[in-house]
Amino acid sequence: MITKEIEERIRSLRNKYPKMKTAILPAFHILYQEEGYLSQEGMQKVSELLGIPLLELNEVLSFYVFFPAGKVGKYWIRVCDNLSCSLMGAESIIKYLEEKLKIKVGQTTPDELFTLSTEECLGSCGTAPMMMVNGEFHENLTKEKIDKLIEELSRK
Amino acid sequence: MTEKIVFKHIDQPDQHRIDIYLKNGGYQALAKTLKELSPAQVIEIVKRSGLRGRGGAGFSTGAKWGFVPVDSSKPKFLICNADESEPGTFKDRELIEKDPHQLIEGISIGSYAIGAHISFIYIRAEFGFGAKRLEQAIKEAYDKGYLGKNILGSGYDLDLILYRGAGAYICGEETSLLSSIEGIRPLVRLRPPYPAVAGCYNCPTAVNNVETLSNVPHIILNGAEWFARTGTPKSTGTKIFCLSGQVNKPGNYELPMGTSLRELIYDYGGGIKNGKKLKAIIPGGVSSWVLPASKVDVKLDFESVAEAGSALGSGGVIIMDEDTCMVKATLRLVKFYEWESCGECTPCREGTYWLSKIMQRIEDGQGRMEDLDLLLDLSDNIYGKTICPLGESATMPVTSTIEHFRQEYEDHIKNKRCPFEKKV
Repeated sequence: MITKEIEERIRSLRNKYPKMKTAILPAFHILYQEEGYLSQEGMQKVSELLGIPLLELNEVLSFYVFFPAGKVGKYWIRVCDNLSCSLMGAESIIKYLEEKLKIKVGQTTPDELFTLSTEECLGSCGTAPMMMVNGEFHENLTKEKIDKLIEELSRK
Repeated sequence: MTEKIVFKHIDQPDQHRIDIYLKNGGYQALAKTLKELSPAQVIEIVKRSGLRGRGGAGFSTGAKWGFVPVDSSKPKFLICNADESEPGTFKDRELIEKDPHQLIEGISIGSYAIGAHISFIYIRAEFGFGAKRLEQAIKEAYDKGYLGKNILGSGYDLDLILYRGAGAYICGEETSLLSSIEGIRPLVRLRPPYPAVAGCYNCPTAVNNVETLSNVPHIILNGAEWFARTGTPKSTGTKIFCLSGQVNKPGNYELPMGTSLRELIYDYGGGIKNGKKLKAIIPGGVSSWVLPASKVDVKLDFESVAEAGSALGSGGVIIMDEDTCMVKATLRLVKFYEWESCGECTPCREGTYWLSKIMQRIEDGQGRMEDLDLLLDLSDNIYGKTICPLGESATMPVTSTIEHFRQEYEDHIKNKRCPFEKKV
């Protein structure tokens, strides 16, 4: 649901930047923050509010990976598996999460609580291995840390 | 150990708050700039300091600012590149999270120098905590009159906009970054024209890295000569080295330019993990050539690392021990570039796909001896034939590991399997 409040926040971007199109990414961030993903309804709204054709919005959106294209679980786990994290055991972390959550990378648990993905470098190589859960970094990962976190998130 | 510059106050509790930043001497450089220095003088001081870009290219910061035309009918922009995405690099994140005002002060001084009244910090989407810290710091700076209209009564106005990316490595490349801010598909652009002439919204623009700008207040306060006393004659000052991989004490270390790789790994990093032997080093973020352990005495400055056959780049130093499979490690990097290629230039778009495909079959034990020449030939057809350096970067691990670790490739091919127990 695109509430009046979200609409207002997006509308307020209209005069914030030197040019209107600069407001596209900030509008996407608002949608993502409020809805958890970028729905077509939301995109249509952004198009209307900023006066930018939907086609142009999709052209921009399809380039980036930060916003999920469809619905993801309540907690989106993204594990970095670039070189530094791989050297420090990212592969076994991913395998452990797959076993624990009983899903493969790219899947969501049946209760829609967790989605598991891999991710390129997140700028946390000195505290590898690491993962991001809904935008929050979890570093120096161990199996124990993962157990604790998953348990906490499952109870919430 | 010599004096730290950008990390001087990094461990002070609450350094991110403006009252603490001010207590530690913050915003004095901006006050001095606005009161005593003309824009041309600021550029002259930064030029004389020898400060070079810390984002990877190592270009003279003062010269870059000097290219922005003084008399322009168009507005000018200064953009801080905080899209830190180079694998192995995590210094800007720490500077942003722990000392955001130092960066804001550097941006203000730089903007004044080039005559910009709007500045952007382009921060990668994944740095949510850093963005929050910056948002808070920018608000504090406005409230105290270090940003906004008539800064410190000088008549100089500057608006600073925090702008979040959306997840794309290529947006760290300055022309792609500009397109990203402009709200179009962020493909890279041919240079010339350079951003200094036709950058953001086709207006004169300077794009500078976080670490680079964080050095600026210190240069203004202490002088160009003070800054140039540290480091080497051509690579002045300090550099933050991001140490990661199989080392006992990974982390960020601010050390004088010209510190040896051996010192960084063994004296600061506590040596190789589990008492293993060093096998290979990536010295400047993954967009630099892999060095064998025999180069461990190389001095970490722009010239010495180049002479040793690689690049200082962003200062992201990745350590690989004797159990690392260089084919698997290289494959991982090639896959990264294949995924991140924006697809604009054919040699990069198609070339990274083929590099990845061939590397994969070698790792899987299905490679052929002629694949090695094929990889080198492909690399040669990418290098220097693309608009931006992403494609070139993809060839760096390939050509350098074939040069230094050819035997490992041949073992994979001859034995039809990866000879390593541990997979990367």
